[in-house]
Amino acid sequence: MKIPTTTSFATTGRSRKGEPWVWLTAAGLTFGVAMALGLFLLILIKGGSSFWPRRIDLLEVSQGSTVEKVAGYITQETQRRDAAGVLHEEIQVFRGNKDLNGEAFKFIDRSSIKSTSRPETLLLVERLEYGPAIVSAVALQTPAGRVPAGSSEFEKSLANILDQGEVAREKLLTIERGKIGAISRELTHLTRAEKSGTKDPQALSARRAGLQASFESLQLEAATIRRNLAESSFSGVTADGKEVTYPAGTLLDVFPSNRAGFFQRAGEMLHRMTKFLREDPREANTEGGVFPAIFGTVTMTLVMSLFVTPFGVVAAIYLREYAKQGTFVRMVRICVNNLAGVPSIVFGVFGLAFFVYFVGGGVDHWFFADQLPTPTYGTPGILWASLTLALLTLPVVIVATEEAISAVPRGVREAALACGASKWQTIQRIVLPASVPGILTGIILAMARGAGEVAPLMLVGVVKLAPTLPIDDIAPFIHPERKFMHLGFHIYDLGFQSPDAEAAKPIVYATALLLIVVVVSLNLTAILIRNRLKKRFAVSSF
Amino acid sequence: MTTPSSARPDFIQVDHFSFHYGEKQAIFEIDMHIPEHQVTALIGPSGCGKSTLLRNLNRMNDLIDGVRHEGDIRIGGTSLYDPSVEVISLRKRVGMVFQKYNPFAKSVYENVIFSLRVAGRSKKSELDATVEWALKSAALWDEVKDRLHDSAFGLSGGQQQRLCIARAIANQPEILLMDEPCAALDPLATLKIEELILELKHQFTIVIVTHNMEQATRCSDRTAFLYMGKLVEFGKTMQIFENPQNAATEGYISGHFS
Repeated sequence: MKIPTTTSFATTGRSRKGEPWVWLTAAGLTFGVAMALGLFLLILIKGGSSFWPRRIDLLEVSQGSTVEKVAGYITQETQRRDAAGVLHEEIQVFRGNKDLNGEAFKFIDRSSIKSTSRPETLLLVERLEYGPAIVSAVALQTPAGRVPAGSSEFEKSLANILDQGEVAREKLLTIERGKIGAISRELTHLTRAEKSGTKDPQALSARRAGLQASFESLQLEAATIRRNLAESSFSGVTADGKEVTYPAGTLLDVFPSNRAGFFQRAGEMLHRMTKFLREDPREANTEGGVFPAIFGTVTMTLVMSLFVTPFGVVAAIYLREYAKQGTFVRMVRICVNNLAGVPSIVFGVFGLAFFVYFVGGGVDHWFFADQLPTPTYGTPGILWASLTLALLTLPVVIVATEEAISAVPRGVREAALACGASKWQTIQRIVLPASVPGILTGIILAMARGAGEVAPLMLVGVVKLAPTLPIDDIAPFIHPERKFMHLGFHIYDLGFQSPDAEAAKPIVYATALLLIVVVVSLNLTAILIRNRLKKRFAVSSF
Repeated sequence: MTTPSSARPDFIQVDHFSFHYGEKQAIFEIDMHIPEHQVTALIGPSGCGKSTLLRNLNRMNDLIDGVRHEGDIRIGGTSLYDPSVEVISLRKRVGMVFQKYNPFAKSVYENVIFSLRVAGRSKKSELDATVEWALKSAALWDEVKDRLHDSAFGLSGGQQQRLCIARAIANQPEILLMDEPCAALDPLATLKIEELILELKHQFTIVIVTHNMEQATRCSDRTAFLYMGKLVEFGKTMQIFENPQNAATEGYISGHFS
């Protein structure tokens, strides 16, 4: 028998080198990254583009013998097979004017389109109600008289009317929500004082009369502003020839979509983005901004970290440093880890039962008994939502802190003890500072989880529309009992609960993008803090 | 060897001392008297119990679960295990330097005065004086006096170990325990530490564990050879190395086993 001679050194087979497995792992990673990137890009593109002012097409659509004119922009292209099996190419057009047409969208068969043009006269008009309208301007009615479209004065007068409207709306808001709100709050106090009968009834009724008088004068002021507003208006004509008039009070913005150049459109996009970030929502949240939701999300997440950090760190210190390591501690640890796997809605139910009804009800009973049966704290609110999420994210912080503590080298602890430090001093002065970066990692993870959580919040404090923020300028300034808005819930509400889901679609993408941005920036802040601390408490290479 | 006349010859008394880690006995009935203001080296192969013995002198081994001991250790006549002795105050009298230099993630200054900080002393002038004295005693002052408030991790390995020595002596202990202080250092840094040990023995009683025979001969006055948890031979360093009485000692110092 002859022993085969080896002619080269390359005798190891591909499978023995593990090459297929390397490829498989690489493919797994690629797949994951591609999915994440794809999702992010979709949200980025759809969310970002929803602010871009699009050109408006004027379509002539034949309907049997008549020709209908439709102005709008294409939002979707679909195919539909009718009963006879004929394939129809259809486009979905956003034509606005919901007050006239009932629906903001219209499906049009491509074959019925006779012609397409982009007349420069078409304007996108944003109103307080019924969403945008697409019209051509006819004239402006001002106190000084009528300004027809096309005249040299038109642009200036329009800008004036828009400004005037904005100023007036702000004034009305301060009067109606601010001043009249304050009066009605005081009236409630008065009623309570009258009921309790501890104060002089004569002084009370004098006060009541005073309040009533200032209430009436404020109402008069508001009515005057409204009357002045009604003197100006914008009148236009729609593509299909209907005449419309929008009073200055309801007019938000007029944008010449087809006439505007690139930079004007970019400016309008920025303008829309700032409005989206800064304004309150309107019309069942489908129009306007999401500021209260941003504020609610950030506040809730920060308050949650405020609660979860001390609890988690203290628990981890006891578990790792003081508790006698044995079966019991091991079981506690298993329970803590499993807590992270409990469905979040269960935490929501628990939060509702324990925090809202039990703790909140108790607080009401002991401290706000005079307002019962109207609950103060015994109702879902931002405090209870934060506490519920703190509970939900507690395991993350405990596990991260425990790991950070146990990563502190034994030598350093012994050195501290050998210097005459007690165990507590060693933990406080040596172990904890060295664990701070690890603990912060835990908090970052907890914040990421907490900020994106929606299901439990629906039970313990999130609402579709919160008229007031949890922090404002009305004493005592911080209102932990208030309900709040949340970006995650906003997405759910817009996408699935809104009366016109199609109209809300762009805003859903934009909100999703915003939620990602908020979570990422919260995390980035925490990471920056961690890196600074890491430098300060850098552990030696040993 | 120059020894102060007031030095007590039996400053540390290890009296029939045995020590167990759970089921495993690490030290068997050791009897030895360590004199004051001298350097006593503990040598022996790995696992012979020399580190265990050293770490019992400041009760560092108490931290481990399931340990127990028999016999007694006395410092200056007082038993370490006397119920009235607080372990924290004991460790203030017995400083320790470890094999791996382990400065805290703090400035040089804060490292040195750590023992004062935990003792609650915070008078600036006292702290400043202590830092200067301890760093000078550890032959480090000239090298770090301009960066006292920089991180200790910026120092070289040898400097970090000398910083650890400064930290151990800052509280003015009576005894300084050194557990292979040069094991992680290069020869030059080792030489510096050895010079330092010879300097420090005028102020402190030093017990040093070492694997390095030359180091033991260079800087110790007395040497104890431990083997399998037992004290085999203990005497003047010269005598142990030049004229060992025990065959095992001779075998170890001449390199027949390690």
